[in-house]
Amino acid sequence: MAILLFAEHDNAALSDQTARTLTAARRIGGEIDILVAGKGAAAVAQAASAFQGVRKILLAEADALEHRLAEPAAALIVSLAGDYDTVIAPATTTGKNVLPRVAALLDVMQVSEIVEVVSADTFKRPIYAGNAIQTVQATDGKKVITVRTSGFEAAQAEGGSAPVETIGATADPRLSGFVENRLSESERPELASARIIVSGGRALGSEERFRQVILPVADKLGAAVGASRAAVDAGYAPNDWQVGQTGKVVAPELYVACGISGAIQHLAGMKDSKVIVAINKDEDAPIFQVADYGLVADIFDALPELERAL
Amino acid sequence: MKVLVPVKRVVDFNVKIRVKADGTGVDLSNVKMSMNPFDEIAVEEAIRLKEAGKAEEVVVVSIGPAQAQETLRTALAMGADRAILIKVEDMVEPLAVAKLLKAVADAEGPRLVVLGKQAIDDDANQTGQMLSALLGWSQATFASAVALEGDKARVTREVDGGLQVIEVALPAIVTADLRLNEPRYASLPNIMKAKKKPLEEKTPADYGVNVDARLKVLKTEEPGTRKAGVKVASVAELLDKLKNEAGVLQF
Ligand SMILES: Cc1cc2nc3c(=O)[nH]c(=O)nc-3n(C[C@H](O)[C@H](O)[C@H](O)COP(=O)(O)OP(=O)(O)OC[C@H]3O[C@@H](n4cnc5c(N)ncnc54)[C@H](O)[C@@H]3O)c2cc1C
Ligand SMILES: Nc1ncnc2c1ncn2[C@@H]1O[C@H](COP(=O)(O)O)[C@@H](O)[C@H]1O
Repeated sequence: MAILLFAEHDNAALSDQTARTLTAARRIGGEIDILVAGKGAAAVAQAASAFQGVRKILLAEADALEHRLAEPAAALIVSLAGDYDTVIAPATTTGKNVLPRVAALLDVMQVSEIVEVVSADTFKRPIYAGNAIQTVQATDGKKVITVRTSGFEAAQAEGGSAPVETIGATADPRLSGFVENRLSESERPELASARIIVSGGRALGSEERFRQVILPVADKLGAAVGASRAAVDAGYAPNDWQVGQTGKVVAPELYVACGISGAIQHLAGMKDSKVIVAINKDEDAPIFQVADYGLVADIFDALPELERAL
Repeated sequence: MKVLVPVKRVVDFNVKIRVKADGTGVDLSNVKMSMNPFDEIAVEEAIRLKEAGKAEEVVVVSIGPAQAQETLRTALAMGADRAILIKVEDMVEPLAVAKLLKAVADAEGPRLVVLGKQAIDDDANQTGQMLSALLGWSQATFASAVALEGDKARVTREVDGGLQVIEVALPAIVTADLRLNEPRYASLPNIMKAKKKPLEEKTPADYGVNVDARLKVLKTEEPGTRKAGVKVASVAELLDKLKNEAGVLQF
């Protein structure tokens, strides 16, 4: 039994999501190799080698791998797959882009976004926006799996010394090319790994008010900022802040939903948070059905007051 | 240029589904069904390409039961030209769907296939990527903007850190994210007209594709439910609870 873990990183730092996926891989069991595909990513491979219980780190560097576009990244993984029973990756936008391509090339049905490992071939995964949990057994010879990282603790990157082996990249299929990234610059914690998240909804009414009312509270709490789809669609918040079925799935210790009604698609992304606070002026808003603490109030009064009190 | 758009019939996004008590699945009897919301966006995008003179024909295809005809008629009423229904009895997994779609693409020769990024029933988010792999084409997933320029498409993608712009060679697969466009409603005259548009019926056997499941569903259960908590009367009480009861705030 051997597992190939496709690492999430930005060529400079290893993502916490890789560490969470490693926890899932350990539950599956077997020798684990971590593949770092990128460019100028030696520091990432070095960071990965600090995990305990990892057999080796495979470092593949090439221009075509710099942004881990689907076609070259999948070709690389497929070229390595012969040596592994399982290929696993976090269900990040990169993992979700690359792994189904790998699965199809291997003629395997991917198991998407597992939240629990039952055994080496049996997993739990949410369907219908998390309103049902399916236990599925993969019958293909090889397994291709993406991991919903909010369901797994991060493995500690310390004490290990897995060797880093440099491998060649496969030829670039030259089907697609990178043009640019327009990434949100932020000093705040990342949504996926934040301990506290403050989220705003349609009630904020404008980008300006979102910034004036949500951000100061988030900053006082050292929190990441989230948003509902309605807030993102209306341009109050950038797309990468969206929490939900089709945005990010998060499970922080504290989730504060402000002016968010609690549609099932939003709940799908945050209902596994440890403590949920909802502030909404409609006492019948569905969000109160999942909130540990509900405050029926106007957010434009409550949030500035909260900020002053912190 | 021909554009192919696969559309799936799924439980309407407003329905809160119920899990069957015996753990065998989700109760779909008497539940409102609709076109997968992402597929509406995909259809809209294809129709806009046609309206802009960049595509000649929009062909929609669904793999599903006889009732998936309604889903296809909806797409035709929105403005698609022609429909193909590949009739199956049971749910077909994304890998088998991708194989069927590959066979359709081989027969139809589209330059672009626009799919939804995810079906809101299985939440698999695989089919487009798989189809792209099977065809050996380029892929642009989670698209929030698509611009065709000659034999290339420039696609803006919604990624974890923000947006990414890539350029893909045609033929290509695009999967639609929520903000790609706002789908139109079909007008009554267009709904009437759609009834006369061609809808061809096929079976997986016509394409020689085996649709047997690779994943064995052992059980379907309710997720752990959360109890509603308490209402607090003020910001001060909220802070007190968070510090002293929940212990999630230290100061
Ligand atoms: C395919 C699909 C996928 C989707 N994916 C997602 C997803 O990933 N994430 C997501 O969030 N949504 C998603 N949605 C959208 C979802 O269905 C809801 O439309 C959305 O979550 C609503 O956002 P909202 O709660 O901000 O807005 P609304 O539902 O409009 O709620 C606004 C709330 O603010 C309250 N309010 C108004 N003014 C004030 C005030 N001054 N003070 C206090 N409270 C106030 C109101 O009482 C109301 O409860 C998806 C939908 C579809 C169809
Ligand atoms: N049975 C089906 N019939 C037609 N299209 C489908 C079907 N299943 C999936 N698709 C397409 O593939 C996309 C992604 O589905 P999935 O991979 O199941 O999340 C959907 O949005 C559809 O465009």
